Amino acid sequence: MSFAMAFALLVAVEVLFAGGAAAQGRTNQFRVCADPNNLPYSNDKLEGFENKLAELIAKELGAFPTYTWWPDRRGFIRNTLRANLCDVVMGVPNGYDQVRWTRPYYRSTYVFVSARNGGFRVRSWDDSALRNARIGVVAATPPADAMIKKGLIQNVVSYRLTIDYTTEYPGEIVDHVAAGKIDVAVIWGPVAGYFAKKQSVSLEVVPVPEIPGLSVPLSYEISMGVRKGDRERQTQLDEVLTRREPEIRKILEDYGVPLVEGPLVRKPDEVKRGVVGERYQ
Amino acid sequence: MRRSVSIAGLVFVVTSAVAYANPELLRLQTDDKQWVMPGKDYSATRFSTLNQITKDNVKNLRPAWTFSTGTLRGHEGAPLVVGSTMYVHTSFPNNVFALELNGPDVGRIKWRYLPKQDPSVQAVACCDNVNRGLSYADGKIFLSQLDGYLVALDAATGREVWKVQNADPKVGATMTSAPHVMKDKVIAGVSGGEFGVRGHVTAYDIKTGQEVWRAYSMGPDEDVRLADDFNAANPHFGRQNQGVATWQGDQWKTGGGTTWGWYAFDPSLNLMYYGTGNPSTWNPTQRPGDNKWSMTIFARDVDTGKAKWGYQMTPWDAWDYDGVNEMILADLTIGGKPVKAVVHFDRNGFAYTLDRTNGTLLVAEKFDPDVNWATHIDKQTGRPVEVAAMRTQAGTNSQGVCPAALGSKDQQPAAYSPQTKLFYVPTNHVCMDYEPFEVKYTAGQPYVGATLRMFPGPGGHMGAFIAWDAANGKIVWSNKEQFSAWSGALVTASDVAFYGTLEGYLKAVDAKTGKELWKFKTPSGIIGNPMTYIGPDGKQYVAVLSGVGGWAGIGLAAGLEGDTEGLGAVGAYKKLAEYTNLGGVLTVFSLP
Repeated sequence: MSFAMAFALLVAVEVLFAGGAAAQGRTNQFRVCADPNNLPYSNDKLEGFENKLAELIAKELGAFPTYTWWPDRRGFIRNTLRANLCDVVMGVPNGYDQVRWTRPYYRSTYVFVSARNGGFRVRSWDDSALRNARIGVVAATPPADAMIKKGLIQNVVSYRLTIDYTTEYPGEIVDHVAAGKIDVAVIWGPVAGYFAKKQSVSLEVVPVPEIPGLSVPLSYEISMGVRKGDRERQTQLDEVLTRREPEIRKILEDYGVPLVEGPLVRKPDEVKRGVVGERYQ
Repeated sequence: MRRSVSIAGLVFVVTSAVAYANPELLRLQTDDKQWVMPGKDYSATRFSTLNQITKDNVKNLRPAWTFSTGTLRGHEGAPLVVGSTMYVHTSFPNNVFALELNGPDVGRIKWRYLPKQDPSVQAVACCDNVNRGLSYADGKIFLSQLDGYLVALDAATGREVWKVQNADPKVGATMTSAPHVMKDKVIAGVSGGEFGVRGHVTAYDIKTGQEVWRAYSMGPDEDVRLADDFNAANPHFGRQNQGVATWQGDQWKTGGGTTWGWYAFDPSLNLMYYGTGNPSTWNPTQRPGDNKWSMTIFARDVDTGKAKWGYQMTPWDAWDYDGVNEMILADLTIGGKPVKAVVHFDRNGFAYTLDRTNGTLLVAEKFDPDVNWATHIDKQTGRPVEVAAMRTQAGTNSQGVCPAALGSKDQQPAAYSPQTKLFYVPTNHVCMDYEPFEVKYTAGQPYVGATLRMFPGPGGHMGAFIAWDAANGKIVWSNKEQFSAWSGALVTASDVAFYGTLEGYLKAVDAKTGKELWKFKTPSGIIGNPMTYIGPDGKQYVAVLSGVGGWAGIGLAAGLEGDTEGLGAVGAYKKLAEYTNLGGVLTVFSLP
């Protein structure tokens, strides 16, 4: 889908499945903001796992999902949830301070992706194979910190965080492992799990170990996000997330999301002064 | 025989094209009845010899006419006046209006250009959808659109003459800065350092829009376009291969160093001057090294794009102190010797005076005494001497860093008066706490960034309008402002300096003492630059765009949310909402 189309869809809030939902007695809207072209999470054809989750949760609330589309990049929350175009975003890291977050419903991790029949089946950061590998990393993500810490930065092939939807997609880095353009990718689990399954070559997806002393975590708990102050909706969603845990887990597993156990991301005590500023150009 | 005739004809055409554009702008930039380029003249002084409005009569200044731009987002930059037409730009979608200056229909719209831009580019622009204005040459108006297109319009009709794509918003590159015409070329920069753009400046032929050269801010020397004698006078600034060697791995490919500021040009040296922005990756821990040539003042030959010299102000940036602010050319006397200088007030809080012929660093002093990330600039090495506790990094909680990321001054351009030999500088006085371990999320990927919390600097005010002696590196006088002084400055031959405030006042002060002489509350906060011209009726006018926005506008919006969870009780800029509201308006002032 083109960037222009993404916006055209964004202008009109789509009311989907309204007929079916009404037949089932669902009259309320469950208003979601999502990226129209960001599988495995969501797309405007409702093929992502966050689309499936929205349908499940909405049904549980006697409602039907409606979507406002916006690319998930800088300004996403400001232009959607905070602009009151929706009430919920389906996936945010627990601790993400642009929103009020629900209880986490999964925890995933950055992973190593390598070819099963190649010489780079990496299991640990100190694996000697990494020394000679071409390692794909998305710029600015935590694995870049790991590369510095482990002295591997010279091996890195950088991929941009913001990409051109018309010619690129987030799974490209996984395609490149399959095609032998790079030897290992160190990327976020849900992206890895989903695109690894689509390759003709068999790929391994292995959670990266945490690195003692690294200043950033490599695994994160994911929650749903509501507007700050919307305590009522958060409580309501928490109940549904607890009640439907098995179904939610099933959806995530169907999409190949690597799930790991672990503690919450900790935040330091907030400094209660000043305004939160965004970086200015 | 036929062949030699046609060759002779071709030679004639080429020479005349070069000869034509050059004297036209050289003449126009010194004609103070008009205002044909963003900085008023090639030296970007924003100084006018007009003197009808004086220290004595400025108190009588009053609005003559006004014009609504019809858009709400931030209005930076200034209108142009060419002949009896004023050209006004707006924030996104970057409309252009040609306004009649002849009475009785003053302000009548002669033509309008309403570009159709994909609205989704707004999602990419970092901090409000500003535009910093237009340039004129060769019967054309040049416009940089947010969607990355550089457009040449027929100044008489508004029709498109040519249009080229200079930046691709789909990969995060946009355009917010004004195009700058130098000789027969229009030079365009890019914005979008946060998205992994590799910054560049590009020269296009003003007649055809054909690309003449493009120079990147980092990468191999041929991409950065270094002249063979690059930095020969100052080898310690770095010479060959620094655009790759000061980065780890292939990080230079997404290195940032965007070019969204105000440029200047010295026709006698044939050199253009501009600054590059921050290295792109947010987290400095991920990009050890100087990260050259981000944060750099460059001098390039305008015909070839080859860099004669480059001086990096903030190596291994950890504060987002973009080096893009205006370059002002002035002929100063330093230590009894005449110097062809370039003067630059950087986001990092230091004002730099360099020899513009070769880049030699002459003066580098704090223009806000409360700057605390570095103690001073070492003149021998040219490098800042940092205060270790103020270097932000993952795992370190840095509190009370001054200035904040928005800098001791942002893009709001200063003015220089050759009469007083002083620079008039609108400044910010805002500090920050840098908190690591703030979870971020982009494109479906979580990571840890940092949050900046900003608050007024020592004294409780957030800005000042100062007069600066660039030969000695000293503040001559300083007027405190409640909010950041986020508008540009103008100074005239009658020693009156003008600037706007975020509350919306246009103020006139005595250029010698700083004494306030006059002020007027315009409809919205001012982040545009005041300019002056002589109307067809022979009277001097002063014009300024109101329309709060930019970084300050984001602050305003945040304050209006009424949601202080996690923000602290009193947001520094929240108070601004009590003074002003969004909306673009041009106000033109004159004496009765």
